[in-house]
Amino acid sequence: MNAQMKAQIDENLKRVYQAALSEDVPDRFRDLLAQLQAQDQRQGDPIKDDSK
Amino acid sequence: MTAVAERTTDTRSPRDRLAGHLPSLRAFAISLCRNGSQADDLVQETILKAWSNIEKFDPATNLEAWLFTILRNTFYSSLRKTRREVADSDGSYAATMVSAPAHDGRLAFGDFQRAFDVLSPEHREVLILVGASGYSCEEAAGMMGVAVGTVKSRANRARKRLAELMHLADGEDLFSGTDGATAAVMSRSVPSAA
Repeated sequence: MNAQMKAQIDENLKRVYQAALSEDVPDRFRDLLAQLQAQDQRQGDPIKDDSK
Repeated sequence: MTAVAERTTDTRSPRDRLAGHLPSLRAFAISLCRNGSQADDLVQETILKAWSNIEKFDPATNLEAWLFTILRNTFYSSLRKTRREVADSDGSYAATMVSAPAHDGRLAFGDFQRAFDVLSPEHREVLILVGASGYSCEEAAGMMGVAVGTVKSRANRARKRLAELMHLADGEDLFSGTDGATAAVMSRSVPSAA
């Protein structure tokens, strides 16, 4: 495979990846993270080590 | 407060940084699965695993790479179960699904996507990691749990397979037969690396 074909393939790969990357992230994931956060706080797990 | 952060700064705890990696996690999952709902389940499982194993993450390393590793390992362990039922991991059935490029010579992006869709997950993975998301072969090797040489040869085979699926002979231009108008479009949409 010559370098030009490789470059063109990689350019298209970036477009495929960018298309997926630019999709909106469903709310369920941020909700899930919020739930996990809340759960840990209830359990008294010290998740904040960046507060010093 | 540890509300979901709007900005990505590396001083926050890894758990607080997870939200910032959701778009790339999802993009990687979609690249592996080529199926939105399966990809979302995979992202969910990855988040849960990352959350409960966060102490295993070394803050000196790349969080996204760590998350990608969890995601791809999760993907392959569930794939191993499915593959007992479905033979063909390398797209022999799939080759028939990609039609030859229209003989005006222009290869549409849609044709590329269809060819990408029928690659094996291993080929999609290596191409997304080293071809699209900019990881080095060394980084990809760490994530995939294989030798660097394996990453390189797999990436080469995967690109070759893509070219085959698009019925491109070796040396033939991906956008062969490009006329002036198409060339203009291509040069607009593909920023040239000067």
